[in-house]
Amino acid sequence: MSDAAHAHDEHGHHAHPTGIMRWLTTTNHKDIGSLYLFFALIMLFVAGSMALLIRAELFQPGLQLTNPDFFNQLTTMHGLIMIFGVIMPAFSGFANWQVPLMLGAPDMAFPRMNNWAFWVLPVAAFFLMVSFWLPGGAVAGGWTMYPPLFIQGGISYDLTILAVHIMGLSSIMGSINIVTTILNMRAPGLTLMKMPLFCWTWLITAYLLIATMPVLAGAVTMLLTDRNFGTHFFNAAGGGDPVMFQHIFWFFAHPEVYILILPAFGIVSQVIPTFARKPLFGYASMVYATASIAILSFIVWAHHMFTVGMPVTAQLFFMFSTMLIAVPTGVKVFNWVATMWKGSMTFETPMLFAIAFVCLFTIGGFSGLVLAIAPVDIQLHDTYYVVAHFHYVLVSGALFAIFAGLYYWLPKWTGHMYNETLGKWHFWLSVIGMNIVFFPMHFLGLAGMPRRIPDYALQFTEFNQIATVGAFIFGFSQLILLVVVLKTIKGGEKATTQVWEGAEGLEWTVPSPAPYHTFETAPVLK
Amino acid sequence: MVGAALATSQSALADYGYNLQVPASKVAHDVFQLHNFIMLVCLGIFVVVFGAMFYSLLKHRKSVGHKAAHFHENTTVEVIWTVIPFVILMGMAYPAAKVVIDMKDTSNPDMTIKVTGYQWKWGYDYLNDGISFYSNLSTPREQIIGTAAKGEHYLLEVDEPVVVPVGKRVRLLITANDVLHSWWVPALGAKQDAIPGFIRDSWFKADKIGTYRGQCVELCGKDHGFMPIVVEVVSEEDYKAWVAKKKGTAVVAAADNTKTFDTAELVERGEKVYQANCAACHQANGLGLPGTFPPISGSKVATGPIADHINLVLNGKPGTAMAAFAGQLSDADIAAVVTYQRNAWDNKMGDAAQPAAIASARGGAAEAAAPAAQ
Repeated sequence: MSDAAHAHDEHGHHAHPTGIMRWLTTTNHKDIGSLYLFFALIMLFVAGSMALLIRAELFQPGLQLTNPDFFNQLTTMHGLIMIFGVIMPAFSGFANWQVPLMLGAPDMAFPRMNNWAFWVLPVAAFFLMVSFWLPGGAVAGGWTMYPPLFIQGGISYDLTILAVHIMGLSSIMGSINIVTTILNMRAPGLTLMKMPLFCWTWLITAYLLIATMPVLAGAVTMLLTDRNFGTHFFNAAGGGDPVMFQHIFWFFAHPEVYILILPAFGIVSQVIPTFARKPLFGYASMVYATASIAILSFIVWAHHMFTVGMPVTAQLFFMFSTMLIAVPTGVKVFNWVATMWKGSMTFETPMLFAIAFVCLFTIGGFSGLVLAIAPVDIQLHDTYYVVAHFHYVLVSGALFAIFAGLYYWLPKWTGHMYNETLGKWHFWLSVIGMNIVFFPMHFLGLAGMPRRIPDYALQFTEFNQIATVGAFIFGFSQLILLVVVLKTIKGGEKATTQVWEGAEGLEWTVPSPAPYHTFETAPVLK
Repeated sequence: MVGAALATSQSALADYGYNLQVPASKVAHDVFQLHNFIMLVCLGIFVVVFGAMFYSLLKHRKSVGHKAAHFHENTTVEVIWTVIPFVILMGMAYPAAKVVIDMKDTSNPDMTIKVTGYQWKWGYDYLNDGISFYSNLSTPREQIIGTAAKGEHYLLEVDEPVVVPVGKRVRLLITANDVLHSWWVPALGAKQDAIPGFIRDSWFKADKIGTYRGQCVELCGKDHGFMPIVVEVVSEEDYKAWVAKKKGTAVVAAADNTKTFDTAELVERGEKVYQANCAACHQANGLGLPGTFPPISGSKVATGPIADHINLVLNGKPGTAMAAFAGQLSDADIAAVVTYQRNAWDNKMGDAAQPAAIASARGGAAEAAAPAAQ
């Protein structure tokens, strides 16, 4: 979020394009980081509005605002956009800004590919969004795209497949860039095991993306040919198998859920030591835990499919392997708590979000453990309990970590301190709102309310009403975030180079705002 | 705050509304116990870990003058907190595995019911007693759109419930006709996806006489939220009486297939069949939903040759949501609904299909199915 005028002061000697062309043609990691973050911010409000419409419909039994088909379009698009349009681009934005700054590198390894990786994203978002106005409406088969339902839909289903391909392409390009940058462009003396944990988590995430995005591409291509070219990959009448899609999809999508959380672990592991004024506890075990989670993520996929009717041995294998994930995840939580232990803590907004992350992500982890137990999962599968679980890990997990990182690095990016009072309002309203939305959903799921339904039986009314009230509190409090970000870009108290008293790392050695070009000569590590 | 909320959920463990439904079968009971056990373990861990964290948040803050220590690793501690969770997990895995093995054991059933998911209703075939029927949502449309007060079992009521005897091991063979569905009755602890082209099985043995309600739990399109499941668990004698009654209705229904009706009778019967089977997509006014489900009022099929119309209803249209009704409706019902569609709304065709015509179209349909479906 460095401003254009500043860039020109620094680089008057280049013939820089201005206006829109500057952003379209930029190969600067800071510009591209900002583009990713702005894109994610806009999409957060787009997909968030869909969530509010969903919650408004569910405020009481009966159909009030939507019809069932449009409701399914909303849930599907909310999921797809939040995952591929908000969380993933936001993490890419952090990676673009921070990885070169943290490594002492002048830019990403492949600046032009970096530009492409971003600019294909708005195209994919256009394909997704435009389908709302096409005959039959947007895709309504769930973000998981299960056939045969997905085979039945209209033109928007083909457009969604195209959009998924483009987003996959973007992720692969971004990941290759991050892997290459981290492995080749670290400042002399910055060994892998000295690298900030954020870089480690992104390195592992990038490998997960490179490994699994082609799998998703294969799965949706098979859907495309089943839909249009008469193949029968997933049609039993032609010798195919609809459950095969689920195996392939979740072989991608389980690593994907760690793609959505590992960079969050990285951000939180930068924030907590800063405000505890104490080094991260168990750095090496954090790295090993992250790697273990990534490796385990490839052998647990069928825990999303306990109700398809697998053989008993498969049920047991996937139950045990899934439960194992609790071990490295537990190590991480213990390490964060140990980092705070006997520190000298202050509670600025980034730290508040990081603490809420540790606590609430763990609740999502516990419900994950409950769901790992196959017999319990069979009762809870496809109910609101699952909705509660993944929103605890994705909202109070991934999204809160993104907020923590945003408040943490915004002064470095803009050169201004954000408004701490507004930041605290944003935090408290978000954390309270978020719990009011999602905690009652555990009870709804336990009591037997299926997910993805536009209307429900009367005994589910009270908890749904509470959840809807919470959703509006949570949703509207994000406008505070918007105000904070815009105000901080425009002005505010000047940030120092160090910004935070306890901050350590190369990014805190460059001035605030970080100049357009940094580390053109490699820094010397103390 | 979250801790308090968790505690509330724990103190209300057995209350309906905060925990799994009151179990009515051994499997559901085992799952209930397993869930309570795991929740208690999680709660214990939560209190220990976050007790430590909140203690630290209070005591180790700069504002109370706490100076930061500088330790950053301790191998002993790190090994301990890797091993302890592992041991706890093994303690959870053992009872869980026992329940998994029990759930998957579908051998030695007392009776077997084949369950078929359709968009958007359930079909049941009692393989031992030779009974077949469909089970549709019976909540009136007016309650859903809010022009009538909602009944006690809003959205959880059907026209034809599944009836089973108490204390018998019921094996379910579950499949689907079109897309994925999932059959779930929470209190009985049975949930199994219904997969078109494949048959999966599940089982339950109901402990108590009563009515148990569930829903489809796999997204299956527009009316996914409107295909409930109702299981009536009755005594052995009541079950026998029910079987006899169902067989009686089946004989009456079969007799209709050889009758000749006049057009007015067919239209009257056809309207009921239409509301139960067609109106979800093509709408009560026959106009469909533009872009998703085509209209019947004024359509080429309903105003064209009657043989093509019958073929489409019998065989469906592959690759779309239009199902083949040959296996779902009797000759008399298909004759009635075709006649109704050709004479309702703007379609004033004035012709009628008789059950005999459907029977002969079925005979020819076997070879002609593929071209007819185009």
